[in-house]
Amino acid sequence: MTALDSNEMVLNMGPQHPSTHGVLRIVLKLDGERVTSTDCIIGYLHRGVEKIAENRTYVQFAPYVDRMDYLAAVSNGLGYCLAVEKLMNAVATPRAQAVRVILTELNRIASHLLWLGTHALDIGAITPLFYTLREREAVLKIFENYCGARLTTHAFRIGGLQYELYDGFEKEVESFCGQFLAKVDEYEELLSGNRIWRERLRGVGVIDAETCKRYGVTGPVLRAAGVAWDLRKAQPYSGYEQYEFDVPTRTSGDTLDRYFVRLDEMRQSVRIIQQAVANIPTGPIMAKIAKVVKPPVGEAYVSIEAPKGELGYYIVSDGTTHPYRLRVRPPSFVNLQALGHMAQGALVADVVAIIGTIDIVLGEVDR
Amino acid sequence: MIKFLRSFLLLDLLEGLWVTFRHQSPSQIETEQYPSERPAVSERYRGAPRLNVHPETQETLCISCNLCAVACPENLIVVGSVRNPETKRKDLVTFTYDLSRCMFCGLCEDACPVDALELTQDFEIASYTREGLIWDRQALEEGPRPTQYRQ
Repeated sequence: MTALDSNEMVLNMGPQHPSTHGVLRIVLKLDGERVTSTDCIIGYLHRGVEKIAENRTYVQFAPYVDRMDYLAAVSNGLGYCLAVEKLMNAVATPRAQAVRVILTELNRIASHLLWLGTHALDIGAITPLFYTLREREAVLKIFENYCGARLTTHAFRIGGLQYELYDGFEKEVESFCGQFLAKVDEYEELLSGNRIWRERLRGVGVIDAETCKRYGVTGPVLRAAGVAWDLRKAQPYSGYEQYEFDVPTRTSGDTLDRYFVRLDEMRQSVRIIQQAVANIPTGPIMAKIAKVVKPPVGEAYVSIEAPKGELGYYIVSDGTTHPYRLRVRPPSFVNLQALGHMAQGALVADVVAIIGTIDIVLGEVDR
Repeated sequence: MIKFLRSFLLLDLLEGLWVTFRHQSPSQIETEQYPSERPAVSERYRGAPRLNVHPETQETLCISCNLCAVACPENLIVVGSVRNPETKRKDLVTFTYDLSRCMFCGLCEDACPVDALELTQDFEIASYTREGLIWDRQALEEGPRPTQYRQ
């Protein structure tokens, strides 16, 4: 660390700060109340997941990806399964693809709901947390009924699904979708109409589209800056091209716009789920693949639109049952790089809002 | 004048409280009274493991094929068996399941060809010691032992 000016001060934020959403430590250099530089210190939750992958078979590694972004375990599972399937030149069956879309979109809603509740809590609005967690509970109940776990779901397998849908799945999902849009409107009523909330977030942590692209920022942060880049539209996977939905964008790229983008994304997710659940194709849930997963020599990169941004899996195969090398491109880790730019010149209290709005999960940053 | 009346009669406060009251209906309350009321977990819930026995003969269903131990990502299952010289089959002797390292992914029960190993709906598996989480064949065959609470 460089020497300080006489009027500069260093403040350690974290790793036990409740608003850093995990074990993130940020060394803030302050000039009075203004932040002059930020220094993220990560690795407190490092478990060496990429190295673990080299010592597990392809099938055995699947539960571990749930533990990276544990708020969007289903999305992680989808990305990994798609990457291995690409390596093996296999495609999941239409029925499996439709179920995968429904579950990942439900997971996007769950992830955004938790983000909304905790972000509002960071800013000081305590009420929405209770309501968002209640709605998230309904989603987690669907996950539990479908695959037997609520958080680390291990819902998908390479080549398709392990579990057939349970009786009443469609009805449960439809009834959730039916009442959920009204709930989103209610959050809007609680927050968007609140003058304190708007004034508190407008113009905080501004990042423009060019800077986003330079940092490689993806997801709602990029879309709030005005770039309509969504991998579900740009490079459709798992049958997303069949569904009709919009990519919500905003223009000013501040914290308030990122809040609006995520709310709109929840509404679009409901649209996708309703279309998908209305006609789930019949047929097998597992593609015909070898029982021992042994991809040919080669490499594959597959990226999907996770709730937090572009989630990529890069796998190198040497023809054995174990990956030769596996690399994850986590959205949280890349988006966190932009924190320094966004927090430059901000007030100390705004740093909490900015961290919250990037929506990081430290399990994914550190892996 | 209207602004004064609004603030004087605390209308904003009442508006806020109306949201709170709207959410008081019992159908909207998700809180579980856990120790006195057991939560209903789903049928497919992946909890404590159990090694199933035949309901009539009480003989184990396990055929000592070792597939669960091979499937386990954490290598926490150890199957011990001896070859029976008469039937030419393997007889199960020991079965150890280290719950302290288990992540309940369900790969072992998917691998089992005879539905002997099963992850049950029991979730109360806490123990005072690490050794207490290493379940042997007897503990696995007895199955879940849900804690009984007094009303």
